[in-house]
Amino acid sequence: MATRIRTALWVMTFTVLVVLAVPWFLWGDPRTAAGLPIWLWWHIGWMGLASGVFYLFTRADWDRYMGVSDV
Amino acid sequence: MSELSLQLGIVVGYLVVALLIGLVAYRVSTNVAEDYYLADRSIGTLVLLFTTFATLLSAFTFFGGPNLAYAQGPEWILVMGVMDGVLFAILWYLIGYKQWLIGQREGYVTLSEMLGDRFGSTRLRGLVAGVSLFWLFPYVMLQQMGAGEAITGLTGGAIPYWAGAALITAFMILYVVIAGMRGVAWTDTIQGLFMLSVVWIAVAWVLSAVGGPSGATAALQSTNPEFLALGSDFYTPAYIISTAVVIAFGVTMFPQINQRFFVAGSDRVLKRSFALWPVLVVLLFVPAFLLGTWAAGLGIEVPEGANVLPVLLSEYTPVWFAALVIAGALAAMMSSSDSMLLSGSSYFIRDLYRPFVDPTMGEAKEAWLARVGVALFATATFVASLSRPGTLIEVGNTAFGGFAQLTLPVMVALYWQGTTRSGIVAGIAGSQLLYLSHVFVPQVTVDLAGTAVPLFARAYGGWDVALAGMALGALLTIGVSLVTTPATEEDDSRFAIGAD
Repeated sequence: MATRIRTALWVMTFTVLVVLAVPWFLWGDPRTAAGLPIWLWWHIGWMGLASGVFYLFTRADWDRYMGVSDV
Repeated sequence: MSELSLQLGIVVGYLVVALLIGLVAYRVSTNVAEDYYLADRSIGTLVLLFTTFATLLSAFTFFGGPNLAYAQGPEWILVMGVMDGVLFAILWYLIGYKQWLIGQREGYVTLSEMLGDRFGSTRLRGLVAGVSLFWLFPYVMLQQMGAGEAITGLTGGAIPYWAGAALITAFMILYVVIAGMRGVAWTDTIQGLFMLSVVWIAVAWVLSAVGGPSGATAALQSTNPEFLALGSDFYTPAYIISTAVVIAFGVTMFPQINQRFFVAGSDRVLKRSFALWPVLVVLLFVPAFLLGTWAAGLGIEVPEGANVLPVLLSEYTPVWFAALVIAGALAAMMSSSDSMLLSGSSYFIRDLYRPFVDPTMGEAKEAWLARVGVALFATATFVASLSRPGTLIEVGNTAFGGFAQLTLPVMVALYWQGTTRSGIVAGIAGSQLLYLSHVFVPQVTVDLAGTAVPLFARAYGGWDVALAGMALGALLTIGVSLVTTPATEEDDSRFAIGAD
């Protein structure tokens, strides 16, 4: 059961990573900060976050879902 | 004239250095097919990451992308991020790692070989290889078109388009024929690092002249304020989502990318590449596309048929530096093309020529024939590129859409043991037919009960028809598998990783 919750959490996490890589809530927003649009800052930060989450995934559950036996 | 010789000296000098590296790689390789195509499955993290990265980059990074940002604003950065940074990384795990595990055990070199073996069907093997080569053709052409345009632009027309394209074609053939995968991977790494550095230096140079990012953006605000707001009539949500999804799925089935899934030395290499992916995408595409965007505010005039980045650089940086950036762009195109040619030749030889023409072919003949195949393919695409059938972006998108049709049937087969040969053949053939008809049959509008309905359009309501093809491919694969039984030659244990 714990495994299923864990799997569901990963699927949700990855889905959120994909969906919010584009800041839809800033649609049409022209504000800038430090010379770049704020939607671009969001995206840059989000990609950094994605790398961090991906790294955690490789440490935690990379092999679990491929049926590789030594995990 | 001295300016011209300086420019050419830098470009040709770069190409020669790449060739020398190929020669070194050749000396350490053993000329056996597994080494020629896969560098003995021994590629490390940095090299794998950059060789895949450099392969993803093409004429689009330096020309098509910045041109689009110059004309429509910088939102393509988001498309790149979603597509390459996140979606592709996830597919890298779901498809790439799975294929790596299977390839390690079964010794596969190509996708078509893997599928053909699993479903016990040489015809399926030939079908996948044929479809892949068909869509590879326009994409190699795209690189030659980009190179031709770049060299003409750099030299102000002193060297004609065809000669630029021919120069690159000759170098590509020479290079791949001599070096094989090990050489390609080595130069890809150098080229990837080179491109990253050059693009950041270019940003620093331009920004120091115009008062930093705030100055450049303020200029843009006065000329094209709409570029700063997220979204536009061009960048609709439907456009962003369809483009990102179609390209991300298409990329995984490109022969040169897919073959990378078999070459990693260990799974650590795959993990590290996976985690670094989003950061690398941001590091490259944000500066490249912002340069194009800022150019719009700096009053840069781009002549008809030219590219914005070289024009911007010649305005703000010295001649030698602009030439170096063009060399970097050519580097991107070459590394894309030489990987494509190499993988294309392995598909042709192993999955079409050997099974259907000469089953007893030995390794030595195979290695020799692979090189002849590369030369023929590159010459054919070169001849076709002379007619310039569309813009870089149109040609590229069409190819990505074609490859994207393969992805879902392959994923279904990788993860669902119930997939049958009839199922996957129906999925691949059905989606290809749908997509091909929309690419090649001219759009017609029919009148249905008073409303005009377009048929064979490339997009419906802003959504790319390739998405419909992908869905159809998945449905057919699953549906037909459910109503058919496996043939006796099929072996679903081939893809079962935990079973042994």
